[in-house]
Amino acid sequence: MAVRDYLRERFFPHIWCPGCGHGVVLNSLLRTVEELGFTKNQIAVVSGIGCSSRISGYVDFHTLHTLHGRALAFATGLKLQKPDLRVIVPMGDGDALAIGGNHFLHAARRNIDLTAIVMNNRTYGMTGGQYSPLSGVGTAATTAPYGNIDPGFDTVRLAAAAGATFVARTTTYHVQQLVKILGEAIQHQGFSVVEVLSQCPTYFGRKNKAGSAVDMMRQFKDQTTPVGSEAKQGNPALIERGVFVREQRPEYCAAYDEVVRRAQGGR
Amino acid sequence: MAKAKLESHHIEREWCKGCGICVAFCPKQVLELDRHEKAVAKRLDDCICCKLCEMRCPDLAIQVTCRKGSE
Repeated sequence: MAVRDYLRERFFPHIWCPGCGHGVVLNSLLRTVEELGFTKNQIAVVSGIGCSSRISGYVDFHTLHTLHGRALAFATGLKLQKPDLRVIVPMGDGDALAIGGNHFLHAARRNIDLTAIVMNNRTYGMTGGQYSPLSGVGTAATTAPYGNIDPGFDTVRLAAAAGATFVARTTTYHVQQLVKILGEAIQHQGFSVVEVLSQCPTYFGRKNKAGSAVDMMRQFKDQTTPVGSEAKQGNPALIERGVFVREQRPEYCAAYDEVVRRAQGGR
Repeated sequence: MAKAKLESHHIEREWCKGCGICVAFCPKQVLELDRHEKAVAKRLDDCICCKLCEMRCPDLAIQVTCRKGSE
Protein backbone atom coordinates (compact mmCIF):
# COMPACT_ATOMS: atom_id res chain seq x y z
CA MET A 1 0.00 0.00 0.00
CA ALA A 2 1.12 3.55 -0.63
CA VAL A 3 1.15 6.08 2.19
CA ARG A 4 -1.89 7.80 0.70
CA ASP A 5 -3.94 4.63 1.01
CA TYR A 6 -3.86 5.09 4.80
CA LEU A 7 -5.36 8.59 4.58
CA ARG A 8 -8.94 9.75 4.71
CA GLU A 9 -8.40 11.75 1.56
CA ARG A 10 -11.80 13.39 1.77
CA PHE A 11 -10.46 15.62 4.55
CA PHE A 12 -7.54 16.90 2.46
CA PRO A 13 -6.00 19.42 2.18
CA HIS A 14 -5.68 19.25 5.98
CA ILE A 15 -6.29 22.19 8.35
CA TRP A 16 -2.69 22.54 9.54
CA CYS A 17 -0.87 25.74 8.61
CA PRO A 18 1.70 25.87 5.80
CA GLY A 19 4.91 24.22 7.01
CA CYS A 20 3.38 22.77 10.20
CA GLY A 21 5.57 20.03 11.65
CA HIS A 22 2.56 17.96 12.58
CA GLY A 23 2.04 17.12 8.91
CA VAL A 24 5.57 15.73 8.83
CA VAL A 25 4.80 13.56 11.88
CA LEU A 26 1.63 12.26 10.18
CA ASN A 27 3.64 11.55 7.04
CA SER A 28 6.29 9.62 9.00
CA LEU A 29 3.70 7.73 11.04
CA LEU A 30 1.97 6.44 7.91
CA ARG A 31 5.31 5.53 6.38
CA THR A 32 6.15 3.56 9.53
CA VAL A 33 2.86 1.66 9.47
CA GLU A 34 3.42 0.87 5.80
CA GLU A 35 6.95 -0.38 6.47
CA LEU A 36 5.79 -2.58 9.34
CA GLY A 37 3.11 -4.02 7.06
CA PHE A 38 0.13 -3.51 9.35
CA THR A 39 -3.38 -3.50 7.94
CA LYS A 40 -5.71 -0.62 8.80
CA ASN A 41 -7.65 -2.84 11.18
CA GLN A 42 -4.62 -3.62 13.35
CA ILE A 43 -4.03 0.00 14.36
CA ALA A 44 -5.98 2.33 16.64
CA VAL A 45 -5.09 6.01 16.92
CA VAL A 46 -6.40 7.79 20.01
CA SER A 47 -5.96 11.53 20.39
CA GLY A 48 -7.08 14.36 22.67
CA ILE A 49 -7.51 18.00 21.70
CA GLY A 50 -5.24 20.40 19.90
CA CYS A 51 -3.64 20.86 16.50
CA SER A 52 -1.70 17.63 16.99
CA SER A 53 -4.83 15.70 17.89
CA ARG A 54 -6.43 16.43 14.55
CA ILE A 55 -4.20 13.63 13.30
CA SER A 56 -6.77 11.01 14.30
CA GLY A 57 -9.24 12.45 11.81
CA TYR A 58 -6.84 12.05 8.90
CA VAL A 59 -5.77 8.43 9.30
CA ASP A 60 -7.92 5.59 8.04
CA PHE A 61 -7.40 3.33 11.07
CA HIS A 62 -9.64 2.77 14.07
CA THR A 63 -9.69 6.24 15.60
CA LEU A 64 -10.90 7.98 18.75
CA HIS A 65 -10.82 11.76 19.07
CA THR A 66 -11.31 12.27 22.81
CA LEU A 67 -11.04 14.85 25.59
CA HIS A 68 -8.21 17.32 26.12
CA GLY A 69 -5.37 15.57 27.91
CA ARG A 70 -7.30 12.33 28.36
CA ALA A 71 -6.21 10.44 25.26
CA LEU A 72 -4.01 8.09 27.31
CA ALA A 73 -6.91 7.31 29.66
CA PHE A 74 -9.16 6.37 26.72
CA ALA A 75 -6.31 4.46 25.14
CA THR A 76 -5.76 2.51 28.36
CA GLY A 77 -9.37 1.37 28.34
CA LEU A 78 -9.21 0.46 24.68
CA LYS A 79 -5.98 -1.48 25.05
CA LEU A 80 -7.27 -3.49 28.03
CA GLN A 81 -10.39 -4.41 26.07
CA LYS A 82 -8.64 -5.04 22.73
CA PRO A 83 -5.04 -5.97 23.59
CA ASP A 84 -4.35 -7.16 20.04
CA LEU A 85 -4.67 -3.65 18.62
CA ARG A 86 -1.55 -1.52 18.23
CA VAL A 87 -2.65 1.63 20.01
CA ILE A 88 -0.91 4.85 19.02
CA VAL A 89 -1.54 8.06 20.96
CA PRO A 90 -0.37 11.27 19.27
CA MET A 91 -0.48 14.25 21.63
CA GLY A 92 0.66 17.83 21.71
CA ASP A 93 3.07 19.05 24.37
CA GLY A 94 0.33 20.78 26.37
CA ASP A 95 -2.13 17.94 25.85
CA ALA A 96 0.43 15.35 27.01
CA LEU A 97 2.26 17.13 29.81
CA ALA A 98 0.00 19.87 31.19
CA ILE A 99 -3.65 18.90 30.91
CA GLY A 100 -2.78 15.23 30.57
CA GLY A 101 0.35 15.23 32.72
CA ASN A 102 -1.11 12.91 35.32
CA HIS A 103 -2.34 10.37 32.76
CA PHE A 104 1.08 10.48 31.15
CA LEU A 105 2.87 9.66 34.42
CA HIS A 106 0.56 6.81 35.32
CA ALA A 107 0.51 5.22 31.87
CA ALA A 108 4.31 5.19 32.11
CA ARG A 109 4.22 3.78 35.64
CA ARG A 110 1.88 0.97 34.59
CA ASN A 111 3.93 0.18 31.50
CA ILE A 112 0.82 -0.39 29.41
CA ASP A 113 1.59 -1.24 25.79
CA LEU A 114 0.76 2.08 24.12
CA THR A 115 2.85 4.29 21.86
CA ALA A 116 2.70 7.92 22.99
CA ILE A 117 3.94 10.46 20.46
CA VAL A 118 4.57 13.86 22.01
CA MET A 119 4.44 16.32 19.09
CA ASN A 120 6.33 19.11 20.79
CA ASN A 121 5.87 22.50 19.13
CA ARG A 122 6.30 24.35 22.46
CA THR A 123 2.97 26.14 22.25
CA TYR A 124 -0.81 25.83 22.19
CA GLY A 125 -1.26 26.53 18.50
CA MET A 126 -4.97 25.89 18.15
CA THR A 127 -5.94 28.46 20.79
CA GLY A 128 -3.56 31.18 19.68
CA GLY A 129 -0.04 30.58 21.00
CA GLN A 130 -0.16 30.37 24.80
CA TYR A 131 2.95 29.01 26.55
CA SER A 132 3.05 25.30 27.33
CA PRO A 133 5.06 23.24 29.84
CA LEU A 134 7.64 22.72 27.09
CA SER A 135 8.01 26.35 25.96
CA GLY A 136 10.92 26.98 28.31
CA VAL A 137 12.29 30.02 30.14
CA GLY A 138 12.70 33.18 28.11
CA THR A 139 10.41 32.23 25.24
CA ALA A 140 7.67 34.58 24.11
CA ALA A 141 4.02 33.56 23.94
CA THR A 142 0.63 35.24 23.73
CA THR A 143 0.37 34.75 27.50
CA ALA A 144 4.02 35.68 28.12
CA PRO A 145 4.63 38.84 26.09
CA TYR A 146 7.57 39.84 28.35
CA GLY A 147 9.12 36.37 28.38
CA ASN A 148 8.11 33.09 29.95
CA ILE A 149 9.42 32.40 33.48
CA ASP A 150 8.23 28.76 33.63
CA PRO A 151 11.03 26.22 33.18
CA GLY A 152 10.16 23.48 30.67
CA PHE A 153 9.97 19.76 31.33
CA ASP A 154 12.53 17.44 29.81
CA THR A 155 10.08 14.96 28.28
CA VAL A 156 12.67 12.22 27.98
CA ARG A 157 13.81 12.39 31.60
CA LEU A 158 10.24 12.73 32.83
CA ALA A 159 9.06 9.67 30.88
CA ALA A 160 12.06 7.62 31.96
CA ALA A 161 11.65 8.56 35.62
CA ALA A 162 7.95 7.68 35.52
CA GLY A 163 8.77 4.21 34.21
CA ALA A 164 8.33 4.26 30.43
CA THR A 165 10.26 1.33 28.99
CA PHE A 166 10.99 2.88 25.60
CA VAL A 167 11.88 6.56 25.41
CA ALA A 168 13.19 8.39 22.36
CA ARG A 169 13.44 11.86 20.86
CA THR A 170 13.90 13.16 17.36
CA THR A 171 12.74 16.03 15.13
CA THR A 172 10.74 16.65 11.97
CA TYR A 173 14.00 17.44 10.17
CA HIS A 174 15.31 13.92 10.88
CA VAL A 175 12.52 12.05 9.08
CA GLN A 176 14.48 8.87 8.45
CA GLN A 177 15.31 8.59 12.14
CA LEU A 178 11.70 9.43 12.98
CA VAL A 179 10.38 6.51 10.91
CA LYS A 180 12.94 4.17 12.45
CA ILE A 181 12.16 5.25 16.01
CA LEU A 182 8.39 5.12 15.52
CA GLY A 183 8.77 1.60 14.15
CA GLU A 184 10.69 0.48 17.19
CA ALA A 185 8.26 2.25 19.52
CA ILE A 186 5.17 0.63 17.97
CA GLN A 187 6.74 -2.81 18.17
CA HIS A 188 7.98 -2.33 21.73
CA GLN A 189 6.06 -4.31 24.37
CA GLY A 190 5.25 -1.71 27.00
CA PHE A 191 4.75 2.03 27.29
CA SER A 192 6.80 3.86 24.69
CA VAL A 193 7.28 7.60 24.43
CA VAL A 194 8.56 9.35 21.33
CA GLU A 195 9.09 13.09 21.61
CA VAL A 196 9.19 14.79 18.22
CA LEU A 197 10.36 18.40 18.04
CA SER A 198 7.85 19.89 15.62
CA GLN A 199 7.75 23.41 14.20
CA CYS A 200 4.84 25.81 14.69
CA PRO A 201 5.86 28.64 12.35
CA THR A 202 2.55 30.41 12.89
CA TYR A 203 2.72 30.94 16.66
CA PHE A 204 5.90 29.74 18.32
CA GLY A 205 7.99 30.70 15.31
CA ARG A 206 6.49 34.13 14.83
CA LYS A 207 6.44 35.04 18.54
CA ASN A 208 10.04 33.96 18.95
CA LYS A 209 11.39 35.32 15.65
CA ALA A 210 12.44 31.82 14.65
CA GLY A 211 11.73 32.42 10.97
CA SER A 212 9.93 30.19 8.50
CA ALA A 213 9.17 26.48 8.78
CA VAL A 214 12.35 25.83 6.81
CA ASP A 215 14.39 27.99 9.21
CA MET A 216 12.90 26.17 12.20
CA MET A 217 13.77 22.78 10.70
CA ARG A 218 17.33 24.00 10.10
CA GLN A 219 17.44 24.93 13.79
CA PHE A 220 16.38 21.37 14.68
CA LYS A 221 19.34 20.19 12.64
CA ASP A 222 21.78 22.63 14.22
CA GLN A 223 20.53 22.43 17.81
CA THR A 224 20.39 18.64 18.17
CA THR A 225 23.01 15.92 18.29
CA PRO A 226 22.89 12.10 18.41
CA VAL A 227 22.64 10.79 21.96
CA GLY A 228 26.05 10.21 23.54
CA SER A 229 27.90 12.27 20.93
CA GLU A 230 31.08 14.19 21.69
CA ALA A 231 29.47 17.39 20.42
CA LYS A 232 27.25 17.46 23.52
CA GLN A 233 30.31 17.67 25.80
CA GLY A 234 31.58 20.68 23.90
CA ASN A 235 28.17 22.37 23.75
CA PRO A 236 25.82 21.34 26.59
CA ALA A 237 22.99 23.41 25.05
CA LEU A 238 22.60 20.83 22.27
CA ILE A 239 19.48 18.65 22.55
CA GLU A 240 20.19 14.95 22.27
CA ARG A 241 18.13 12.80 19.93
CA GLY A 242 17.94 9.03 19.61
CA VAL A 243 16.76 6.21 21.88
CA PHE A 244 17.34 6.88 25.59
CA VAL A 245 15.55 3.97 27.27
CA ARG A 246 14.97 0.49 25.91
CA GLU A 247 14.12 -2.03 28.62
CA GLN A 248 11.71 -4.85 29.46
CA ARG A 249 9.34 -4.81 32.42
CA PRO A 250 6.02 -6.69 32.96
CA GLU A 251 3.36 -5.19 30.68
CA TYR A 252 0.08 -4.03 32.23
CA CYS A 253 -2.43 -5.94 30.07
CA ALA A 254 -0.50 -9.17 30.54
CA ALA A 255 -0.39 -8.58 34.30
CA TYR A 256 -4.13 -7.90 34.31
CA ASP A 257 -4.83 -11.13 32.40
CA GLU A 258 -2.93 -12.93 35.13
CA VAL A 259 -5.17 -11.33 37.78
CA VAL A 260 -8.27 -12.46 35.84
CA ARG A 261 -6.90 -15.97 35.68
CA ARG A 262 -6.20 -15.99 39.44
CA ALA A 263 -9.64 -14.58 40.26
CA GLN A 264 -11.33 -17.25 38.21
CA GLY A 265 -9.37 -19.88 40.12
CA GLY A 266 -8.88 -22.00 37.03
CA ARG A 267 -12.63 -22.15 36.21
CA MET B 1 23.68 -1.72 -5.85
CA ALA B 2 21.87 -0.47 -8.92
CA LYS B 3 20.71 3.12 -8.73
CA ALA B 4 16.98 3.77 -8.42
CA LYS B 5 15.47 5.46 -11.45
CA LEU B 6 12.70 8.00 -11.32
CA GLU B 7 9.42 6.85 -12.77
CA SER B 8 7.15 9.71 -11.74
CA HIS B 9 7.15 12.73 -9.44
CA HIS B 10 3.63 13.77 -8.59
CA ILE B 11 2.64 16.90 -6.64
CA GLU B 12 -0.97 17.25 -5.57
CA ARG B 13 -1.41 20.97 -6.25
CA GLU B 14 -4.61 21.26 -4.25
CA TRP B 15 -2.88 19.91 -1.15
CA CYS B 16 0.37 21.90 -1.45
CA LYS B 17 0.42 24.97 0.79
CA GLY B 18 3.71 26.29 -0.53
CA CYS B 19 5.78 26.07 2.66
CA GLY B 20 8.94 25.49 0.63
CA ILE B 21 10.30 22.63 2.77
CA CYS B 22 10.73 20.37 -0.27
CA VAL B 23 12.43 23.16 -2.20
CA ALA B 24 14.86 24.01 0.62
CA PHE B 25 15.94 20.48 1.51
CA CYS B 26 16.15 18.84 -1.92
CA PRO B 27 19.83 17.88 -2.23
CA LYS B 28 19.71 18.46 -6.00
CA GLN B 29 17.57 21.62 -6.19
CA VAL B 30 14.98 19.85 -8.31
CA LEU B 31 12.01 21.77 -6.93
CA GLU B 32 10.81 25.37 -7.05
CA LEU B 33 7.78 27.34 -5.95
CA ASP B 34 5.86 28.73 -8.91
CA ARG B 35 4.16 32.13 -9.04
CA HIS B 36 1.12 30.67 -7.26
CA GLU B 37 3.42 29.50 -4.43
CA LYS B 38 2.94 25.84 -5.25
CA ALA B 39 5.81 23.39 -5.48
CA VAL B 40 6.77 22.20 -8.94
CA ALA B 41 9.49 19.74 -9.94
CA LYS B 42 11.45 21.83 -12.45
CA ARG B 43 14.58 19.76 -12.98
CA LEU B 44 13.47 16.15 -12.89
CA ASP B 45 16.58 14.99 -14.73
CA ASP B 46 18.56 15.85 -11.61
CA CYS B 47 16.31 13.83 -9.25
CA ILE B 48 18.19 11.06 -7.43
CA CYS B 49 15.08 9.37 -5.95
CA CYS B 50 16.09 10.05 -2.34
CA LYS B 51 12.40 10.80 -1.61
CA LEU B 52 13.28 13.35 1.06
CA CYS B 53 10.74 15.78 -0.47
CA GLU B 54 8.02 13.15 -0.17
CA MET B 55 9.02 12.25 3.39
CA ARG B 56 9.27 15.83 4.67
CA CYS B 57 6.17 17.19 2.94
CA PRO B 58 3.83 18.33 5.74
CA ASP B 59 0.92 18.40 3.31
CA LEU B 60 1.50 14.80 2.13
CA ALA B 61 1.25 16.23 -1.36
CA ILE B 62 4.29 14.59 -2.97
CA GLN B 63 4.53 11.07 -4.35
CA VAL B 64 7.80 9.92 -5.88
CA THR B 65 7.77 6.61 -7.71
CA CYS B 66 11.08 4.96 -8.52
CA ARG B 67 12.13 1.68 -9.95
CA LYS B 68 15.32 -0.20 -9.24
CA GLY B 69 17.52 0.46 -12.25
CA SER B 70 19.80 -2.14 -13.82
CA GLU B 71 23.43 -1.14 -14.26
